[in-house]
Amino acid sequence: MHEQALHIRIGGEAGQGLETLGQMLSKILVRSGYELLVMQSYMSRIRGGHNFFSLFTGNQEILGPGDRVDLLLALTAESLDIHREALAEDSLTITGQKQADRGAQAQLVIPFEELTRKTILQNVAALGCLCRLISLDREQAAEVVRDTIGRKHADLLQENLEALDRGYEWVESQGTAFSGALPPPSRSEKKLTLNGNQAIALGAMAGGANFCSFYPMTPATGVALNLIAQAEALGIVVEQVEDELAAINMGLGASFAGARCIVPTSGGGFALMSEGISLSGMTETPILIVLAQRPGPATGLPTRTEQGDLNLALYSGHGEFPRAVLAPGTPEECFHLTYQGLNLAEAYQSPVILLTDEYLADSLRSVAPFDLEALPDIVRPETSGQGREYERFALTEDGVSPRRLPGTGEHLVVADSDEHTPEGHITEDHGVRNRMVEKRLAKLQGLRGEAIPPEITGPDLPELLLVSWGSTKGVMHQVAHHLAEQGRSVASMHFTQVWPLNPAQFLERFDAAGKTICLESNATGQFEALIRQQTGRSFDSRVHRYDGLPLTASFVLDRLERDGSI
Amino acid sequence: MVSTEDYGQFETAWCPGCGNFSILKTLKESLVESGLKPQDVLFVSGIGQAAKAPHYFRCNLFNGLHGRSMPVATGARLANPDLPVVVESGDGCNYGEGGNHFLAGLRRNVNLTMLVHNNQIYGLTKGQASPTSDEGHQTKAQPWGNPEAPVRPLSVALAMGCGFVARGFTGKPELLKSLIQRAMEHPGFALVDILQQCVSFNKVNTLAWYRERCYELDDSHDPSDWQTAMAKSREWGDRIPLGVIYESRERPTFESHFSTLKDGPLHARRRNMQEVARAMGAFA
Repeated sequence: MHEQALHIRIGGEAGQGLETLGQMLSKILVRSGYELLVMQSYMSRIRGGHNFFSLFTGNQEILGPGDRVDLLLALTAESLDIHREALAEDSLTITGQKQADRGAQAQLVIPFEELTRKTILQNVAALGCLCRLISLDREQAAEVVRDTIGRKHADLLQENLEALDRGYEWVESQGTAFSGALPPPSRSEKKLTLNGNQAIALGAMAGGANFCSFYPMTPATGVALNLIAQAEALGIVVEQVEDELAAINMGLGASFAGARCIVPTSGGGFALMSEGISLSGMTETPILIVLAQRPGPATGLPTRTEQGDLNLALYSGHGEFPRAVLAPGTPEECFHLTYQGLNLAEAYQSPVILLTDEYLADSLRSVAPFDLEALPDIVRPETSGQGREYERFALTEDGVSPRRLPGTGEHLVVADSDEHTPEGHITEDHGVRNRMVEKRLAKLQGLRGEAIPPEITGPDLPELLLVSWGSTKGVMHQVAHHLAEQGRSVASMHFTQVWPLNPAQFLERFDAAGKTICLESNATGQFEALIRQQTGRSFDSRVHRYDGLPLTASFVLDRLERDGSI
Repeated sequence: MVSTEDYGQFETAWCPGCGNFSILKTLKESLVESGLKPQDVLFVSGIGQAAKAPHYFRCNLFNGLHGRSMPVATGARLANPDLPVVVESGDGCNYGEGGNHFLAGLRRNVNLTMLVHNNQIYGLTKGQASPTSDEGHQTKAQPWGNPEAPVRPLSVALAMGCGFVARGFTGKPELLKSLIQRAMEHPGFALVDILQQCVSFNKVNTLAWYRERCYELDDSHDPSDWQTAMAKSREWGDRIPLGVIYESRERPTFESHFSTLKDGPLHARRRNMQEVARAMGAFA
């Protein structure tokens, strides 16, 4: 399939400043007015190994990663070998003199040693080279270097700017032309350069989150780190705890006392939190948990991506209690669903799980700034309630009891992990038990009633209906566009709320499709099974990827062609 | 004025003669004498017969999971530093299942009081060894005698830099009352390990057994001397010291490290959208 975006790949080993280089180039592109999508591939180590940073850019919206590389910068000799297969026909390869001496065969060999005295500056010199090759503005690049390096290391700024200039000028002096150089940008309004984790942190700030307890775990740690960066300015308490059992229980203690909580983790940590999720359900204590998925089982592939934990999110925690599971597909959705998730947790006094994955968590994109004025109101606990008489678990029709906070009046707030009376005290009365089970489950009806409907695009009676959830959204649209260009009648359906489902919102469209295809980054088709369980409907075809890399359009098309689905 | 009546009287699930009755009565008296109203304090408990105690008097309560009282209490302290917190649970809950949280709580020096009902046995699950059961203690689950050495909670607390380490005993209610009061006044993590009989499942460490061995520390003990305190904390067997083993206010509380808590409870905060806009702008 034809890939429109320019694909720049920077390969090297951990410790070479690859990420800084990639982030600066990302920011320069977005500030210049280009659209961007980044796919990172890194190994679970601090030094060495082989990592790469793939940037897809251009004037048109970029929905997902492509496969063919147009411009490869290899910072190690190994890098050229690894990516040679992925090079597009009219690609350009660049490497350093040292790598060339080791046998790396590139079209353009940069004499880094001449351009900079220090090895540490080579990534910035390389950035200068890349900017010139793809026709980015030199001053725009210098501005990003100033913002990035100058903020933390003012003393090193000058030599970094010099290295950038040298790289830029060296390419100019060579007269090298690159056929993939970018056309002038078509966008003038500002955009942000954001990855999924950063968008979640911003959504949490906008949503009034003021407490975060976490245990570091890739790929979720970025959420907490981004909150810490703003903790003082926004009055957020962030605590790195001893283990995930503490993370969830501390979050619940804070929430019980009136904080608005977010707890980020990945699969293994989330598994440890299971009992706490059940406690949230039983004590009706609001909490938003971010589950950034990576391939399991157990430690699996710690730095790669997968959508393998849907079942874990759906069924974690013993006993029966309501929950909502949200699955954003873009940084925009990360922001809004985090905001909404905090509200849902408070409104239904239940756990809400936000499911992302490594690909989305780490993928930088060009994103329009969020309209902070247009956000819905914040749902809060009842802090104005007065009087001594109060029942924390008062029986109500919708199952939601007014939530007061301890220490805010004469009333007492009693919550118990045992089955309890409306006052919150232990009981073993079977009648009370029945009423409490029914009260808690009544909230599930409310959650179902206000479920976020799937986003459906395309014709009402399509020949093909593609279905995605979470981060597979972009690639689904890429595939849909490609097939539509070939004259096929294609519709797409993207789920951002995966639990509870409200089949009335989508069954008609599902049934109207000639052939239904589910795209998932896992091996067993967990979402497909959930749809079948909830609706009795089966998909006609499916594409699964579970090697640890995100789905790409060509991967999907190749599979669908091979199994005769398209 | 607060009176014992404010704290109410409730039916319990405990065995007649249980040490919990004495602790409950003493605790209520401590609270009344401290002038605290039921709504002015939050109790956090876990699982076990001891953890049920806060259900039997009027108070704010979060009765959570086995072993997880500490993190819940820490979260509550960080969310509302104006609300005093007491953790109340048994030896299994606090020292066994919650062992890592006990260590972390001590490291943090969270400003709260931890009351540990220590009967050296698992009561609710009917008589297995607990983390404080003596080596060799025979139970149905340890028929050849407990193969593990007991946790020495006071020594652990001291080793982790705890600023208030005390031991009480159900047979000395007046002493226990003063220990609870002093613990609640202490600015930082305050541990009160309370020896108590389990009339149903611990036939070794009975009320009489404790009475024979326990003695109150007198003025000759200097609770500000850490070395002496450490030695006292290890005294166990024929003679068991009671009272404040160690007291120091040197360490800052955990809460004091969070500058944002100076503005009071988190529930009273409102979003600052200007700051959110600024944070967003940093990504432009």
